Amino acid sequence: MNTVIEHYDVAVVGAGHAGCEAALAAARLGMETILFTVSVDSIALMPCNPNIGGTSKGHLVREIDALGGEMGKNIDKTFIQSKMLNKSKGPAVHSLRAQADKQNYSREMRRVLENTDHLTIRQAEVSEILTEDGAASGVKTVSGAVYHTRAVVLCTGTYLRARCIYGDVSVNTGPNGLQAANHLTDSLKALGVEMYRFKTGTPARIDKRTIDFSKMEEQLGDERVIPFSFSTDPESVQIPQISCWLTYTNEKTHEIIRENLDRSPLYSGMIEGTGPRYCPSIEDKVVRFADKNRHQVFLEPEGLYTNEMYVGGMSSSLPEDVQYEMYRSVPGLENAKIVRNAYAIEYDCINPRQLNATLEFKNIRGLFSGGQFNGSSGYEEAAAQGLVAGINAALKLKGREMMVLDRSEAYIGVLIDDLVTKENHEPYRMMTSRAEYRLLLRQDNADLRLRKKGYEIGLITEEQYQALCRKESLILQEIKRVESQNIGGTPEVQALLESLGSTPLSSGSTIGELIRRPELTYQALAAIDPGREELPGDVQEQVNINIKYDGYIRRQMKQVEQFKKLEVKRIPEDIDYEQIQSLRIEAVQKLKLYRPMNIGQASRISGVSPADVSVLLVYLEQRGRKNGQV
Amino acid sequence: MEDTIAAIATALSPSGIGIVRISGSEAFSVAGRIYRSPKGEKKLEEVKSHTIHYGYILDGDEMVDEVLVMAMRGPRSYTGEDTVEIDCHGGVLAVRRVLETVLRAGARPAEPGEFTKRAFLNGRIDLSQAEAVMDIIGAKSEYALKSSLSQLKGSVHRVIDKMREALIYEIAFIESALDDPEHISIDGYGEKLQIIVEKLLADTERLLKTSGDGKMIQEGIRTVIVGKPNAGKSSLLNVLLGEERAIVTEIAGTTRDTLEETITLQGISLRMVDTAGIRSTSDRVEQIGVEKARASAAQADLILYVVDASLPLDENDQEIMELLQDKRAIVLLNKSDLQAVVTEEMIRSQLDKRVIPISAKEEQGLELLEESIKEMFFQGELAFNDQVYITNARHKRELEETRKSLQLVKGSIEMGMPEDFFSIDLMNAYESLGRIIGASVGEDLVNEIFSKFCTGK
Repeated sequence: MNTVIEHYDVAVVGAGHAGCEAALAAARLGMETILFTVSVDSIALMPCNPNIGGTSKGHLVREIDALGGEMGKNIDKTFIQSKMLNKSKGPAVHSLRAQADKQNYSREMRRVLENTDHLTIRQAEVSEILTEDGAASGVKTVSGAVYHTRAVVLCTGTYLRARCIYGDVSVNTGPNGLQAANHLTDSLKALGVEMYRFKTGTPARIDKRTIDFSKMEEQLGDERVIPFSFSTDPESVQIPQISCWLTYTNEKTHEIIRENLDRSPLYSGMIEGTGPRYCPSIEDKVVRFADKNRHQVFLEPEGLYTNEMYVGGMSSSLPEDVQYEMYRSVPGLENAKIVRNAYAIEYDCINPRQLNATLEFKNIRGLFSGGQFNGSSGYEEAAAQGLVAGINAALKLKGREMMVLDRSEAYIGVLIDDLVTKENHEPYRMMTSRAEYRLLLRQDNADLRLRKKGYEIGLITEEQYQALCRKESLILQEIKRVESQNIGGTPEVQALLESLGSTPLSSGSTIGELIRRPELTYQALAAIDPGREELPGDVQEQVNINIKYDGYIRRQMKQVEQFKKLEVKRIPEDIDYEQIQSLRIEAVQKLKLYRPMNIGQASRISGVSPADVSVLLVYLEQRGRKNGQV
Repeated sequence: MEDTIAAIATALSPSGIGIVRISGSEAFSVAGRIYRSPKGEKKLEEVKSHTIHYGYILDGDEMVDEVLVMAMRGPRSYTGEDTVEIDCHGGVLAVRRVLETVLRAGARPAEPGEFTKRAFLNGRIDLSQAEAVMDIIGAKSEYALKSSLSQLKGSVHRVIDKMREALIYEIAFIESALDDPEHISIDGYGEKLQIIVEKLLADTERLLKTSGDGKMIQEGIRTVIVGKPNAGKSSLLNVLLGEERAIVTEIAGTTRDTLEETITLQGISLRMVDTAGIRSTSDRVEQIGVEKARASAAQADLILYVVDASLPLDENDQEIMELLQDKRAIVLLNKSDLQAVVTEEMIRSQLDKRVIPISAKEEQGLELLEESIKEMFFQGELAFNDQVYITNARHKRELEETRKSLQLVKGSIEMGMPEDFFSIDLMNAYESLGRIIGASVGEDLVNEIFSKFCTGK
């Protein structure tokens, strides 16, 4: 036989945002890693919106960075505009979002991958997952080449049996006309993997020269840019920024859409996949929110060296001629020329409840997966899962305990827990409202929450870790000092309070007390704080938030304490729910299906009641005592 | 140790002594807050373990009951935790008030089977009984859920539904604006929310008042009238309902399309179950007869079995009597003014129950019936369903939580906190109310956001 046979520790299938993080993590942890992609030129491709971050997604990027992932660093190198969203709201919902130069983003990520030790990039379509004794043992490509590995991470994104559709045009390709992967689904099905078919979409790209920006509102970036990565020097990101533009649809746009609905593949039944409700096409918006007479449209540059502009808010799968008519009805787009059509894309993904929270398949050891393949959507969600899958593949091969983040530790924990314990009928997107402990899971403290984990895993350097420890102790010391720093109603103090619109002191107080006043901050009180020393900005920020929202934060910490009690109670893998007679039938069925790792997870599965949880606790105690007696 | 729970540990009957049990890390301090010794010098927190103390339970300055308090420190107690048992002397109402006072002092109402569960988890119950423990938890929870739902008045259910609708809408609005700040503006929203929260707080206060009066749930002895067609069930019902002494209220059933009516006879409430079924003339014969009896007997505290004394007993009567053997029942020999074929003795020979000759038509013998019910009640033969009390206590607790959460929202608005702080406490209120009607939250919020607000790129 003249086939190629090679050996690696880990194979990563797909080099999108999940695959890049997975491959980097595994290789950086010393695993000989091979990364497969259908096109080396499309590594870390951003086929949809030209930005990274946004509400709750910005949190994910920060967390990826804290754990030692690459996304944050990469966007810091390649952004062309940056904004902190929700700045007027509480710190829990502040979110960074940056416009990326798409090509540059891809290129920079590729450069990092190409220069990472233990990492091999290979252009090939993987067509088969090889297994041995129920465990993943490698992959085979369409050319018949065999790669023996000890773990496989699937990050196939939207490429599995991908089909792009607009109007009555349907082509069997991945995004941007890239080659689809048409064989792997069959191999997965043969392994007993349950597949879903999801759908998503993207708007048209328009030639900048054909847009009349005078009819639109300019959207500027922040004056002072804050980097995503905790390792990026804040001064290095203060660069000239590019604007985005805001315009609106109108009744005429909606009329055009309504008149042509019968030609939309969404409504004609040509699209069978389930689309995301949070990212509706413009035709969806017009139908579902018929009372709204206009929708926002954001024109966003795709990069510095291209004239293509992304039309945010108007994704569609209407026929080409309708697209022209529809876009041209929008003020400023009257003469627009389309560079690329809007389209919907359908693809195969899995029902993620087949995964453990480690992102390893429950039934196929050594097979991991991340990203849109797991039924999520978004670059950031993908990268977060890819990182976890890559880390765990490596930890497993090293014989170490795999990493599971819980809902009280990270958005990544919420994301994965939702995927593996909840019914998921549409591409899953992160939202701050999904995080019940969001006051604790802020983007500003992601390093304090997760760097230590990253260090223990081996992706954070000793130096980075020591810096974190110093920061932590500075924060604690300063909080303690400020809380006990007495202050009297001297003329100086009263004058400052008055100038900040705050009522003067009638008796003695502490700096801490003053910080809790809504109109005051730690930073604003510097002049009247006798013991104040100049501390780094990020330390000041933590001191301010922790004191200011102290009451709320403490309440959430108490809830977390309750939550943790069930989370630490592990359920043995060989548990036989059928044997526990007092469980309700519905609970038995659900538990068998989801096979939760711990009681906390079990309690979140719909159909498992509090009484079932109690019964499980008693059963586990019984089992534990029996085993103890033996 | 675990948080502190409390419940009435004994079946409630008007004559007996009732015990309120408190278990958990705060058991002693909770009890200490409301206990006073005769001279007022004794501190419950400091007494020796396994000692008994005479004294009073106080609600503020008011004495609730004269009691004996048993103090047991873990692990030597039923649950293995610090446990205090309050032995109440003042009958049903006193036990109930003591429980309420305990709950106000910081304990939470125990979940069904929770004492047993803790006892097992703390190693106080033998391994061999694990199965039984699980069964108890399962069965009690099922029962509690059922009775909680069936006891909740339809009108209360509707109010709570409405409140939750309002809450989830506001939360979804806040969250969609936070999620998509460039599409949805939330500026100046606090003022609008303030008004809504005030209204919700008023609703909560009204419900709390209702639950304080015990009117939130349907109390009383669940009473079913059974018998063959034309035995006189509906005339009996009419007479009972028409009694001058009876106070009648009509309530639409919550879970089924049935009608329930409550009669208060000499201070004892009878919940007449499924009166619609009795009144309906279109019911098939079999339905009203044996099957009906079988279906309703299971859930009734008291069964009134009406026999037509002018007709001989048949197979159906035999079957009904069979059903009633181990139930609390009174046999009413109706049409006793007519020529009777069935005698008291004939019934008694087959069924060891009180038999009372009546004439529903002539309204004779009803005093005897009332007397019998009263007797059964005060001899402890008939008891309220004690689940009712704990249900009420749980509901009240959730309403108090709702109030607390809403007040926190109000405080946050007044302090000028950012909007994302509002939704945290609004969600807590939503969840508390949900627990009253047995609704789990699931994907409610995400669904509401997507169905009501247009977000996304």
